[in-house]
Amino acid sequence: MNMNLTILGQSIAFALFVWFCMKYVWPPIATAMRDRQKKIAEGLDSASRAQRDLELAQEKASQTLREAKDQSAQILEQANKRANLLIEEAKEQAKTEGERLVEAAKAEITQEINRAKDELRDQMSGLIIEGAEKILESSVDEKAHSELVDKLAKQL
Amino acid sequence: MADTPVEYIQHHLSNLTFGKHPEEGWILAEKSSQAAEMGFLAIHVDTLLWSIIAGVFFLFIFRKAAKSVTTGVPGGLQNFVEMLFEFVDDMVKQTFHGKNPVIAPLALTIFVWIFLMNALKWVPVDWIPELAMATGLVNYFKIVPTTDPNATFGLAIGVFFLIIFYSIKVKGGLGFIKELSFTPFNHWIFIPFNLFLEILGLLTKPISLALRLFGNMYAGEVVFILIALTFGAGWIMGILGLGMQWIWAVFHLLVIPLQAFIFMVLTIVYLSAAHEDH
Repeated sequence: MNMNLTILGQSIAFALFVWFCMKYVWPPIATAMRDRQKKIAEGLDSASRAQRDLELAQEKASQTLREAKDQSAQILEQANKRANLLIEEAKEQAKTEGERLVEAAKAEITQEINRAKDELRDQMSGLIIEGAEKILESSVDEKAHSELVDKLAKQL
Repeated sequence: MADTPVEYIQHHLSNLTFGKHPEEGWILAEKSSQAAEMGFLAIHVDTLLWSIIAGVFFLFIFRKAAKSVTTGVPGGLQNFVEMLFEFVDDMVKQTFHGKNPVIAPLALTIFVWIFLMNALKWVPVDWIPELAMATGLVNYFKIVPTTDPNATFGLAIGVFFLIIFYSIKVKGGLGFIKELSFTPFNHWIFIPFNLFLEILGLLTKPISLALRLFGNMYAGEVVFILIALTFGAGWIMGILGLGMQWIWAVFHLLVIPLQAFIFMVLTIVYLSAAHEDH
């Protein structure tokens, strides 16, 4: 076991190896590993962000659905109410219209009856006067008898 | 193969040394005595070769992964590399709180490189040396660099240099000297004592780093060699040795990564301390 120049050779080899490792081995591996770490971190980050987005979207979707349901229910209810209202109104109108028509018809009928009565009375009085004239001819004072005849005619 | 057990062990613990022999000039040492005579002007060819193979292998694999790195779904190699990367990165982040782009790659290099160098221990002690000697070119071939104190001290000196460098860079030259002079006792009377203590503490760091790794690996290697000796001692001992070899190798599943890990963690701790301004 002699100590000799080997010691120096070993030191030089050591220095060269360390230099080479520092220059050509360490940096690329360190960079790659750091980059991968960053990539993985970003991936995880975006995954969790996507998860959150998904949850948010789901919540929003269900909320929209709920709102739509509410709205549709409301609209349906309104429509029903309105339909009922219309029906009621139509019923009311029809009733009043019917009543009015019945009224009118009744009034017309009464009028018609009255007119017919008047007409009949007029014709009757004329006929009676004509008949009486024919019976009594000259002796009868037209004026004196027309009162009588009118009285008669009114009793009809 | 050497003949007596002592020679066998000594042979397995000797490095392939190339250096300047006082008489023969620049040669590959043929005997351990020759290697000893070379003194400081020599290198352990096997240590350097295998540590560079381990280092290049590490950088090749990691560079390959780094070039085809993707931020998408990672493949098999990238997964493996990223696992180690994260392990080291976490370790650094827990211990080191400053900002320094050197620390983490340094820690990764130390961990994987030392692990690979230690891992050569799993190769049975005779295989590669016998193969190398069969070529007729070399007499010695020791393949585990971390069982050579030169290798571990080389690493520790690199770390020591970084400790000094960052201490001065963060605290300034004066600040560093002030810290050495006024801790632990904040009074000018204690300056020599403090300096002695602190410099001792500073020097202890690389020495403990190097000796811990070397000691563990060397001791393990010696046990592997002792177990290998049993293979030449008859059937019964051989089969027993096989079992021991297996048990010892399994034990090194723990020792080998643990020593690499300890070296890395202590390096981070020391450098973190160097960055702390008191």
